[in-house]
Amino acid sequence: MAERPHQRNLVLILARAFAAQLATAVFLVDAEGTVIYYNEAAEQLLARKFIEGAGMPAEEWSTVFRPRDAEGRTVPLQSLALGTTMLKREPAHDIVTILGADGVDRRIEVAAFPLFAHTEDFVGAIALFWQLPDREGER
Amino acid sequence: MKAKIWGSRGSIASPGQDTERYGGNTSCIELRPPGCDVVILDAGTGIRELGVRLVREGAERMFLLLTHLHVDHLEGLGMFEPIWRSQTELHIWGPASPVASLEQRIATYFSPPLFPVHLSEVPATIEYHDASESEWQIDGARLFSNAIIHPGPTVGYRIESRGRSLAYLTDHEPALGADLDRDPSEWISGFAIAHGADLLIHDCQFTPNEYEHRVGWGHSTTEAVARFADRTEVDRLLLFHHDPMHSDEQLDQMREDVVTRWGVDDDRCIVATEGAKIVV
Repeated sequence: MAERPHQRNLVLILARAFAAQLATAVFLVDAEGTVIYYNEAAEQLLARKFIEGAGMPAEEWSTVFRPRDAEGRTVPLQSLALGTTMLKREPAHDIVTILGADGVDRRIEVAAFPLFAHTEDFVGAIALFWQLPDREGER
Repeated sequence: MKAKIWGSRGSIASPGQDTERYGGNTSCIELRPPGCDVVILDAGTGIRELGVRLVREGAERMFLLLTHLHVDHLEGLGMFEPIWRSQTELHIWGPASPVASLEQRIATYFSPPLFPVHLSEVPATIEYHDASESEWQIDGARLFSNAIIHPGPTVGYRIESRGRSLAYLTDHEPALGADLDRDPSEWISGFAIAHGADLLIHDCQFTPNEYEHRVGWGHSTTEAVARFADRTEVDRLLLFHHDPMHSDEQLDQMREDVVTRWGVDDDRCIVATEGAKIVV
């Protein structure tokens, strides 16, 4: 009998289907933090097509967009909303400025949530984010 | 591997003149992998008659695979004669929910006011196994399960024995979560269960027109099942979980629609018929 193909966890399949229908930007990572999907609204804010970003590990997506706080300091993975959710497996929220692949800075608000298929079965995390008007002195 | 259909109707038992040919009992299939005790797929009303036969045969060890706990897949269990005999050893696989075990979930049905007797009063020895994402062995058969798209915790099963395979995906709406033609296979619900199966037993409850008002109800159309069968490259397809409002003549038309859309020889697509025996 040939080796069976793999199916993603159903929670991730449904999260991806949900994200694909949303006008809000959504970023979806698996339990290891690897990017498995982001939607068209996210592509616009990141200025990067999903096909170019698929498979990015956490170390890459947490740095490639150069997330910075209101004072311009680099925000490390463990302090980003999605990084906190990945590491602590709890919801998190943040406001950061990111640099899109088009060279444009965008100030975004992020809400991240862990995805548990069962109580102890952490299968990934989802981050919803949206652009804020530029404003000084906030983080 | 031999299979017998004891019930193929969806949602609610529907006996009557209009359903006489394909049958009115809800989901239940008897499976006999070589060298293996009986494996039963779902406990709809069709399981009652199967139970009578198993008692007559003297069967004492049996395996029940529940895809989910909607009532049309569970309602026959209370009238399944083997559970009322202390010598019966019944293993039940099915999906736990994120907050309750399989046994707790079945006990919800087996308790007043839905049922007069509590699950704890059943004399048979019953063992419960969570089948949310599993791979296991029953005698000489290899079994796999994956969670699939349907409201509430639901799984599909694949049974392999001596190089033959059967996939059971009743109550399944894969088109809700993916583009069946274009998305990578790992993102298609049920793909891993069905891929290359010698026989795919799949939900085909709606016509495309009916589906327009039933999106998200967890069932498939003739169009979706044809695309799914094509994408998963199965050999034969058994259309299952017939809508209780569909007459025998409507099921014939739906089968023709699937064959046309799938573009295969007529004999590769069959309507599940109560009492029918199939060799896989």
